[in-house]
Amino acid sequence: MTAASGFAAENPARASADWAVELKDAGLAALAATLLALPLMGLQTYDVGGGALGVRTRFDWVVVAAAAVFAGRLILRICHRLTRRRERRSDGVLASLTASTSRRTSLLAATGIAFAVALPVLPFSSRYLIDLGTTVLIYVMLGWGLNIVVGLAGLLDLGYVAFYAVGAYTFALLARDLGLTFWQALPFSGLVAAGFGVILGFPVLRLRGDYLAIVTLGFGEIIRIVLVNWSPVTGGPNGISDIPRPSFFGLPFARSSPEGATTFAQFFGLEFSPNQRVVFLYFVILALALVTNLFTLRLRKLPIGRAWEALREDEVACRALGINPTNVKLSAFGIGAMLGGFAGCFFATRQGFISPESFTFTESATILAIVVLGGAGSQIGVVLAAILLVTLPELGRAFAEFRMLLFGAAMVAIMAWRPRGLLAYREPSLHLAPRPRWARLR
Amino acid sequence: MTEAGDTRQPLLAVEHLTMRFDGLLAVDDLSFAAYSREITAIIGPNGAGKTTVFNCLTGFYKPSAGRLAMHVDGKTLLLERIDGFKIARQAGVVRTFQNIRLFAGMTALENLIVAQHNLLMSASLFSIAGFLGLPRYRSAERAAVERARYWLDKVGLTQRADWAAGTLPYGAQRRLEIARALCTEPALLCLDEPAAGLNPSESAELNQLLLAVRADQAIAILLIEHDMSVVMGTSDHVIVLDYGRKIADGTPAEIRADPTVVRAYLGEDEHEVLPTATTARPGIGRA
Repeated sequence: MTAASGFAAENPARASADWAVELKDAGLAALAATLLALPLMGLQTYDVGGGALGVRTRFDWVVVAAAAVFAGRLILRICHRLTRRRERRSDGVLASLTASTSRRTSLLAATGIAFAVALPVLPFSSRYLIDLGTTVLIYVMLGWGLNIVVGLAGLLDLGYVAFYAVGAYTFALLARDLGLTFWQALPFSGLVAAGFGVILGFPVLRLRGDYLAIVTLGFGEIIRIVLVNWSPVTGGPNGISDIPRPSFFGLPFARSSPEGATTFAQFFGLEFSPNQRVVFLYFVILALALVTNLFTLRLRKLPIGRAWEALREDEVACRALGINPTNVKLSAFGIGAMLGGFAGCFFATRQGFISPESFTFTESATILAIVVLGGAGSQIGVVLAAILLVTLPELGRAFAEFRMLLFGAAMVAIMAWRPRGLLAYREPSLHLAPRPRWARLR
Repeated sequence: MTEAGDTRQPLLAVEHLTMRFDGLLAVDDLSFAAYSREITAIIGPNGAGKTTVFNCLTGFYKPSAGRLAMHVDGKTLLLERIDGFKIARQAGVVRTFQNIRLFAGMTALENLIVAQHNLLMSASLFSIAGFLGLPRYRSAERAAVERARYWLDKVGLTQRADWAAGTLPYGAQRRLEIARALCTEPALLCLDEPAAGLNPSESAELNQLLLAVRADQAIAILLIEHDMSVVMGTSDHVIVLDYGRKIADGTPAEIRADPTVVRAYLGEDEHEVLPTATTARPGIGRA
């Protein structure tokens, strides 16, 4: 007899009692749902004509809601029970678990990069899919940038979209007024955004937690409102259009060459196709994202990265050890903002048109959700969360008005099952014990 | 009293330190000295102002009055004039905390490397040399790991170097916090109740560690402690505070025999008239 069946045979009474508890719990939830749904869903007003209202009952809706809550609650409790049992079993193998997690993460990263590189040539690939991939990668990059501020340094920033906007507008203005191309403007976008990051950093040096979050939220709104109202420079709500597209080492992606210049298609002797530019943009953001990732991973293993994490863990102890918290915070804000600026620059060239509409608080919230859902501080977690948060609303398109509901439900589900994020494992920045070979290669 | 005949240059000279919080006088005209290669214990009932003295020394508070002079490398540095976070670097004064303040999510080794932040930061040329992996940074990092390994060995945590600090047992966390402070290569180490919460065998180990540090390192140790086995077993010199004032100063043997100290800890004789302010005093049981 196996252990599992033995357990069931020994405790039949206990197992049935468990079921009774679960059913009772789900029944109570369904009762609460019925009480709530009776007035909210069960009664509907309608116009009887002449300005008067009649009331119509919809008790079938109430029954459906109660049944849905009953089933959902039951499934949730059973899943909880199963995961708890599994956790209890894994207590004794903590050490090997962390090792295998680390190994699985490296494998996941390698597969992910291979898939991302091959995406445009895969048989099921389409223009829509590549466009979606580009959007996902923009959010991955933004997530990685914010991850430095929130995940590593532990500074809650609700206005990150401001740096994204600064990067985008820097490129748009440089292109419009000075005629700079995407590649020439890219470094400036990052630098200007980093400057704004430091400017935001100064007034909030003494703030922590909730207070910091509120001030950064305000900063994000200030930038957006300045963009809306400073019409002579930013174009106000109309935004800036005709932002130049990136070229492939000077070769433009166009049907016919302007003023005799060679186009990308002509140079390589290819048939012109608008897809070429889409694929090129995809590879540009993929490269930018990979460089961002290498940059962050490298910084994490340097004194500055360890100081960020130490600041997150305990600022008082940092001061007592002689670490200047001002420098640590400003560097986190500055570098995080710089990465957001690069992403903004790419966003501007990809859209060809930007307006303050694209930089609302919802964007900040989405980016923060990506970082938190991914597991603060985890690079691969951010990728998984970005894929989830960008594709879920896309998948939900078929359900029309229910897609935001679906989105919200998915976020609640993740937080219920993995409260520390999808991948909360933290890889130490250095080890004393000798490491297995696969781990040292990274 | 030890000070009377002492002509040596003290490492730390505290003169007339006063710390006032609105109406409350936490430290009242306190003067004492601490010498290199000596352990100076500060004892007293709870609320006597011991931790306030540490907070003044390490820059968390600006004293209301008084002078805190550190004599390092032939120079005199006034701690009350140095910015809080610079005290560790410039004057070599580091501390541990009554409620342990480790970087809980980081490993024991990383805690000790973060302690060497300023050294590594300048070796990495503000991250540029470090980013490029230049040899000057790599060798500095190797040296930092070696120093961390030395202290991990001293506190018996080499086997757990790669554990997250927050997952270590309580006694190990206390030792790791001391090791982290020592990794900064301080001149003055301030330990705030290092034996709090330790069992008798762990506090005996702590005694051994403190005596070993005193023997090997040219540093002064200031020790706030309620555990008399630690105080009497390690210190060269004991200062007793009560209501922010120094009531006794001497060798452990002198302090043990001092009637004022006994009164401060155990209360006055019942037959004498008690001043109302001194009747209720928390912490008597702990001493």
